[in-house]
Amino acid sequence: MARLTPVSGFVLAFAGTMGLWATQAAANDELLKIQDDPKQWVMPLGNYSSNRYSGLDQINRDNVGDLQVAWTFSTGVLRGHEGGPLVIGNMMYVHAPFPNTVFALDLSKGGQIVWKYEPQQDPNVIPVMCCDTVNRGVAYGDGKIFLHQADTKLVALDAKTGKEVWSAMDGDATKGETGTSAPLVVKDKVLIGNSGGEFGVLGKVTAYNMSDGKIAWRAFSAGPDDQIKVDPEKTTALGKPVGKDSSLKTWEGDQWKIGGGTTWGWMSYDPELNLVYYGTGNPSTWNPAQRPGDNKYSMTIFARDADTGMAKWLYQMTPHDEWDYDGVNEMILADQQVNGQDRKLLVHFDRNGFGYTLDRDTGELLVAEKYDPAVNWATKIDLKTGLPDRVKEFSTEANGEDVNTTNICPAALGSKDQQPSAYSPKTGLFYVPTNHVCMDYEPFKVAYTAGQPYVGATLSMYPPKGEDHLGNFIAWDATTGKIKWSLPEPFSVWSGALATAGDVVFYGTLEGYLKAVDAETGKELYRFKTPSGIIGNVNTYEYDGKQYIAVLSGVGGWAGIGMAAGLTEDTAGLGAVGAYKALSSYTALGGTMTVFALPE
Amino acid sequence: MRSACRSLFFLAVAVTLAGSVQAQETASTTEEKPYHVAEDGTVSWPVFSGFRRYNSVCHTCHGPDGVGSTFAPALVDSMKRLSYEQYMDVVVNGRKNVNTAVQRTMPSFGLDPNVMCYIDDIYAYLKARSDGVVPRGRPAKKEDKPAEWAEAEAACMGL
Repeated sequence: MARLTPVSGFVLAFAGTMGLWATQAAANDELLKIQDDPKQWVMPLGNYSSNRYSGLDQINRDNVGDLQVAWTFSTGVLRGHEGGPLVIGNMMYVHAPFPNTVFALDLSKGGQIVWKYEPQQDPNVIPVMCCDTVNRGVAYGDGKIFLHQADTKLVALDAKTGKEVWSAMDGDATKGETGTSAPLVVKDKVLIGNSGGEFGVLGKVTAYNMSDGKIAWRAFSAGPDDQIKVDPEKTTALGKPVGKDSSLKTWEGDQWKIGGGTTWGWMSYDPELNLVYYGTGNPSTWNPAQRPGDNKYSMTIFARDADTGMAKWLYQMTPHDEWDYDGVNEMILADQQVNGQDRKLLVHFDRNGFGYTLDRDTGELLVAEKYDPAVNWATKIDLKTGLPDRVKEFSTEANGEDVNTTNICPAALGSKDQQPSAYSPKTGLFYVPTNHVCMDYEPFKVAYTAGQPYVGATLSMYPPKGEDHLGNFIAWDATTGKIKWSLPEPFSVWSGALATAGDVVFYGTLEGYLKAVDAETGKELYRFKTPSGIIGNVNTYEYDGKQYIAVLSGVGGWAGIGMAAGLTEDTAGLGAVGAYKALSSYTALGGTMTVFALPE
Repeated sequence: MRSACRSLFFLAVAVTLAGSVQAQETASTTEEKPYHVAEDGTVSWPVFSGFRRYNSVCHTCHGPDGVGSTFAPALVDSMKRLSYEQYMDVVVNGRKNVNTAVQRTMPSFGLDPNVMCYIDDIYAYLKARSDGVVPRGRPAKKEDKPAEWAEAEAACMGL
């Protein structure tokens, strides 16, 4: 592993940018400054706190009903379009799923294409991407655009010209390791995770030097303490030191090497605490009987030092997973009062259906409540031990291999998947796009072969018994763990939300609607039907005195497999019947960005 | 079930002689109706086994129950056209169709025991689906796992 001292990193950064004024500290300062400018949208989740909140209020609850389409842009790519565009100054950066095209558009010239980048990637990577060939967006830092390609390569592009500055191959796609997540730029480093939990890929997060693409640190999700960057004495779990070999002890033999815990979700950063936050995914395989133990640290929230990668604290939400409840969803940082005390919070809506509120400095668990009342695999989470109180009836471990466990809620895609929520400091509420889906789950034995699927379960998914809608869009109070309001949606809400100072919350639907609702009441104020189903995230920016709302449409993703797949024939006999069938009447494939504004 | 040892043996033949007369003769006589479904809907064990394996590996691209998806064709249709040999060839060797308009890649499963040990089961399931004798979703009733099937599975998977 190449490790540069801060000093040599500085020198290289300076030399590498050929006299640009930018330095490490400045790069960090630059992002900290831009993230506070509501006119720009500088990182996929809006800011380091992943709030997806904008201070812009030109579009507000009184006039949002007049919204019109200002312009549109085709990415030329079918497949699922997750993530959303960045806006830095007069430039907009739009990305696409595989082949991972990136466009730079000049907003001062009516969206003219300044450059286009299309990497050459081995198409063999396509079938090893479990849930569509998605990409959740690019990152900006130090005059560069960072692209995390499907084949795991991290590429630094000159933001002005699109020319490749450096690239680094992060993993091995022939073993099923792929890239889908958006990078996060922190100080002088750019961080990425990996995908491939359904192929027995071991999760890891790698920090690359922004200047030259050399690895600064890498932390795995399972294995020996030095590899997972955990200090047995100093790293804590719910306030207690984790102790020696805390991961190794929870696996049988070498199973951790193909143990999953991939890191394909979102990352956040607290500049004051200098901590990076992210979650790890499911342990491999999906058959729990084949991997006895707690399988640490799959399904875990990590707080790591941004400079060294060392874990300050961690918390495993679902030890020994039995349902594929990945822990990778976004970590939203907010400062709120809990029980009358000011707290630095981390709020996380997990796939397992619980909304967690933790102290992001110490990792103390403050609140853990169901954010979908349908959740039934556990009755509650013990705040002291952090353990879920499991219900035997829905335990695929207890029922065993070759037994079909039925009516488990939520389904494997979770009460929420990667689609990021929004937090409005103005209302103090979290706006959460959710899935309202249950499942049958039958685990069985599988063998591991490098590069081949390593799943070991068959599932079927359907709405909760007696219900006919597959999603809700909710407002959540994370200080008490209560739903404030909930809007039923016919399909899972697979789009990232946006909250604004105009008291409006935006989200997209699988049928293709962009919707605007009142941030206080949830009352629908506006809807527009975009060209395809929306699994992208809604962003906003201001240019030349005008506020715009931008969103990628292009149905796909896991939602595209589970739903778009079943469209062609009558699904009578399956629980999902009417609901899934209806989607075909609304949407077809195709990637388009639609940009909205108020009329002149 | 016949799958485990016979299939792996057949695999060797298929790989080297795919499309040859000899390979076609080996299979075509036995694989027209590789399933059994009783009047009350009880499916033969291989069909059920094929259902499970299909919906753990193949469905991510080919859609649940073989109905196709945005990634890959509906196998309930493809199986009407594909011979057993062609089916074997595609599963074992993979297939690629990548150009500016289409990006379709079928990986090779020739080395994956989770597929190869059950290749005849998956075939049986897909033929039953394609012939319309097994509906979508999990088969409601199934025959018990035959002892010889379990033995063959253990041998093939090395369990």
